[in-house]
Amino acid sequence: MADMPSDISQHCPGTASKDAGKASICTNCPNQMICASGISQQPDLTADLIKRKLSTVKHKLLVLSGKGGVGKSTITSLISRSLALNNPDINVAVLDIDICGPSQPRVLGVIGEQVHQSGSGWSPVLTDLYKTLARDVFNMLTDIYIDKPDAQLRGMIKQFLSEVDWGALDYLILDTPPGTSDEHLSATSYLKHAGITGVIIITTPQQVALLDVRKEIDFCRKVNIPILGVIENMSIFVCPNCNNSVEIFPALTGGGCVMAKELNVEFLGSLPLDPLLAKCCDEGKNFLTEIPESPTILTLQTIVQKIIDRCEKIKHPSEIDTT
Amino acid sequence: MLEGVKHVLLVLSGKGGVGKSTISTQLALALKESGFRVGLLDVDLCGPSVPYLLNLEDRDVHQSSDGWIPVFADKEQKLAVMSIGFLLKNKDNSIVWRGPKKTGMVKQFLTDVVWQNIDYLIIDTPPGTSDEHITVMENLRNVKCDGALIVTTPQAVAVDDVLREVTFCKKTGIHIFGIIENMSGFVCPSCSECTNIFSAGGGIALSKMVNVPFLAKVPIDPQVGKLAETGQSVLVTLPDSQVAQVFRKLVEELTQSKEA
Repeated sequence: MADMPSDISQHCPGTASKDAGKASICTNCPNQMICASGISQQPDLTADLIKRKLSTVKHKLLVLSGKGGVGKSTITSLISRSLALNNPDINVAVLDIDICGPSQPRVLGVIGEQVHQSGSGWSPVLTDLYKTLARDVFNMLTDIYIDKPDAQLRGMIKQFLSEVDWGALDYLILDTPPGTSDEHLSATSYLKHAGITGVIIITTPQQVALLDVRKEIDFCRKVNIPILGVIENMSIFVCPNCNNSVEIFPALTGGGCVMAKELNVEFLGSLPLDPLLAKCCDEGKNFLTEIPESPTILTLQTIVQKIIDRCEKIKHPSEIDTT
Repeated sequence: MLEGVKHVLLVLSGKGGVGKSTISTQLALALKESGFRVGLLDVDLCGPSVPYLLNLEDRDVHQSSDGWIPVFADKEQKLAVMSIGFLLKNKDNSIVWRGPKKTGMVKQFLTDVVWQNIDYLIIDTPPGTSDEHITVMENLRNVKCDGALIVTTPQAVAVDDVLREVTFCKKTGIHIFGIIENMSGFVCPSCSECTNIFSAGGGIALSKMVNVPFLAKVPIDPQVGKLAETGQSVLVTLPDSQVAQVFRKLVEELTQSKEA
């Protein structure tokens, strides 16, 4: 998992590959000797550092979706807020690794807050209920990173995972960018080493989203990380005027539930669309305390309970067999 | 590279799931209906949606001595389509590639497709301002890229991300045609009450903030969602819908600005 320069050949087998230094393309590479010596295949020191840093975190959950705009950030904030609100004795934190489009600062109402540096690392921003850390807080860095791909992104995620001083946590929820890109590869490989509890997959009901989400599930299986379950977001919309329910994003193929069955993963539930939720997210307000009677919240509670149950079942996340 | 292509249009958004692919395909279909020869290139490697939206999922790309022959969506061969989706054997397979390999693929997509005399090439891009983007932009530097259409949804969370995309365009010197606000309001089919599901006004506010024209507001219409998989133009199947009007106007504006 060592960093690679951005200008290497597209046929490079990768420094961590067993073919590193031995493929035909390697003969002309100035780093061939290093790769062939096997040094690059030894475990990354940072991975151990991350493992140590996250050893105080009991459950590490990753929120993923192959599709963008399905509500990963919204659901991340809802799950974490629900966990914190209903279980006063537990500590929850959110880490936003969507480097191109971080949403947590806005959704959690901490936009403009600064991260502080202490002797033991970066101190996350405290919200009303719990902690969050998203890249947006490094506003001054935005310009530097916006057009720096790959190596820098990886470095940034490494820093996020290894340099934040989380303290003792029960849940750390990671919000991710859409797709199965470099950020995902980096985050999952580091987290796997540090013992990830599981992945929560978010989808919306329509086939065009499910297509991408299927790829994400394939990705999780390829990199061997356990899937806790699938949540379907934006399922139905109840018109505030006439109370008629409408499928805004028609589930022509049966939606998330059918897909989950087909791919043999647990279906956690469907969250209905509530226009007030979008508004609360934009304003950074806590939807759970603003509109406690919303049907979305009732469904959310059962989903969160399922997540807690599944996490508790996995007693020692770092020891689970992911092979 | 891209010989035989008259105009290149990019469809961009910093945010995912705002409807880039739906807008790209409907725009391509609308241009085709207006009599142009159109190409549609889907460079979203992780989540290609265009083959599904146009009902071309089982089609294959053929290799010729000049390069890849795109898939044609119609018998008259007026709409040519190219997507990574055509190259994947199983639709559930994920593309898990690191930077260099991805860059190579994007490059090949831009250089190795034989488009043969088309009026408009619409490039549908992945969300974010990631390396796929940068590669597309770098490779388009030598081509006359006419400009970009920026797609957003109304809520502030989306506008935040789209603002980054606008900054990206300005930095890389890409002309922006304007902003399209998608999923702007939903009209209840039973009582006709319009609800702003994803709040309101984000697109206009953004266009004022960055001083870019506001092109259109596309309402949510489940009927349009159902058009996916049929590959039909909203202009043909739902000619009286608000969405059809928006696309008619959009085609007019885009084609006129060219002639001027």
